[in-house]
Amino acid sequence: MPDAVIQVKDLKKIYKLGIVEVHALDGVTFEIQRGEMVAIMGPSGSGKSTLMNLLGCLDRPTSGAYALDGEEVSQLSDDQLADIRNRKVGFVFQSFNLLPRQTSLANVELPMRYAGVGKERRERAVAALESVGLADRITHRPTELSGGQQQRVAIARALVNHPAILMADEPTGNLDSKSGKEIMDLLLSLNRESQTTIIIVSHDPNIAAQTQRIIRLRDGLIEEAAA
Amino acid sequence: MNIGQAIIEALESLSSNKLRSALTILGIVIGVGAVIAMLAIGSGAQSAITGSISGIGSNLLFVFRGNRSGDVQVIKPLTFDDSQALLDQFQAPSVKDVAPVINGSVSIVYGTEKTSTTMYGVTPSYQPVRNYALTEGTFITDDQNLGQASVVLLGPDVADKLFGRKDGLVGESIRIEGLPFRVIGVLESKGGGSFGSEDNVVLVPYNTARLKLLHRTQDRVDLIYVQAVGSAQVQAASDEVAQILRARHHTKIGEDDFTIFSQQDFVATAQTITSVLTIFLGGIAGISLLVGGIGIMNIMLVSVTERTREIGLRKALGARKRDILVQFLAESSLLSLFGGLLGIGLGWVISFVVGRIAAASNTPLTPVVGIDAVLLATLFSTAVGLFFGLYPANRAANLEPVEALRYE
Repeated sequence: MPDAVIQVKDLKKIYKLGIVEVHALDGVTFEIQRGEMVAIMGPSGSGKSTLMNLLGCLDRPTSGAYALDGEEVSQLSDDQLADIRNRKVGFVFQSFNLLPRQTSLANVELPMRYAGVGKERRERAVAALESVGLADRITHRPTELSGGQQQRVAIARALVNHPAILMADEPTGNLDSKSGKEIMDLLLSLNRESQTTIIIVSHDPNIAAQTQRIIRLRDGLIEEAAA
Repeated sequence: MNIGQAIIEALESLSSNKLRSALTILGIVIGVGAVIAMLAIGSGAQSAITGSISGIGSNLLFVFRGNRSGDVQVIKPLTFDDSQALLDQFQAPSVKDVAPVINGSVSIVYGTEKTSTTMYGVTPSYQPVRNYALTEGTFITDDQNLGQASVVLLGPDVADKLFGRKDGLVGESIRIEGLPFRVIGVLESKGGGSFGSEDNVVLVPYNTARLKLLHRTQDRVDLIYVQAVGSAQVQAASDEVAQILRARHHTKIGEDDFTIFSQQDFVATAQTITSVLTIFLGGIAGISLLVGGIGIMNIMLVSVTERTREIGLRKALGARKRDILVQFLAESSLLSLFGGLLGIGLGWVISFVVGRIAAASNTPLTPVVGIDAVLLATLFSTAVGLFFGLYPANRAANLEPVEALRYE
């Protein structure tokens, strides 16, 4: 039996805008196996951001079940969700979202601060930065780094707590094509060599084509789940 | 995330916006400084007034004619014999000494110099009761009193005005109300007292004043000083004096035709007045501290809005509500704590300057920066920071991560 890291069943998210109900997600069911690299695609308004927020435990579904790494998370409290995000989810954002006044090292240490990691914090942060090829940029601040380097710091930050999944939201969207390719190569090698489960949300078919599987969304429903 | 970490991050955040932090702190600095200075000046005023009342003498009672509270029909004058009756060891064991006084305004001439001043007619017991010291000469004796001798003791201000000096005056001759008087001594300066200047006076023997200067046919004294045996016997002495005077004046209880004030009464009255004044001034200063606190809240709200994305990111990385709350509370508390510390310095400087100004203008006011005022101000300013930081911090902690991350 395959080892599913994400099990989603009939997941719905309904927003109320005044008296109008918007069905952002209208019942999606799928699984993602450990070690898979999956792309979530769809036009704007398809519910792709909503799905990413739910998978990343940033939000709760209106109904349906979501098990992350074997743990049911659809009905947890805010602080419990924060804990799950801290331990099991690594985020990579389109606009990097690094703390501008902090060094690379401090940025990578941040998730471990919230995890209560003490002594080995620096050691692990340095190791994470080495693994993304930034061993010589430890004391630099984001303004002293190129876009590609900033995104590498963000990836190191996402990986430092050894999460079950890595959520990447348009990770190459703010980068030139050369840096974008480097970042995709880094993600691919992380998936290949460390069996990191990676979910990329993107509207770029070239990016999606490099993954093993594409989940296409349209109007809150899955169009096809090609193997 | 632990508190130490939160404080370090808060310091980094505050130092990245130095001008803004400094201006926010300034509000608290002024507030705390004003509170401390006002409390210091208030307690300085209190001890100055208390000190000048104690300077009159020790364990004193003041007996006046008349009754201020009730409407008593017949008011008999206090007499010299009344005062002597208070010395009865059996009826008034708590009374140590008594000094009857009559007074009036007189003009004094020496050569071409002329001045007018208050003249007190006193007995020899006035010196120990009022705790007077002489810079030269001797005090009035019993013989001089009984013989209505034309002798006078000069207050230092009077001596200065007439002679331009305060020593070498014994044996000089002056004219009071046209009559020749011989100077037998000069009083030591007592400084400005609660009852006007204690230095701009002359003392003459009681009988001389009554018969030669004021021409009173009636035996009437204006004030009787009564000194109690000790500070614990002041109340007892007051009761004994009242009883003796009631018996001599044939008055009922509640219809006294005299009033007894103790030094403690004056001190208590003065303390009430200065306390009200201190609270009033402190309250006004407290308002500026409140305004400073609102300044903190304002800046923290701006900061929360500016850093909405950062808050969203921290939440995405696993920050719980408490972590965000602590982070922002640490910032606002540090702002007010720094403000409080600098404010203590400012308050001290203001007190010092006020003390110097008072000293330069011969006012006996020494502001006292008490440790209690410092503690109060520090505690209060930190509480202000926590209180006014709570709302913005709570707002930050309750941001939805999805919304916060999307914020531009």
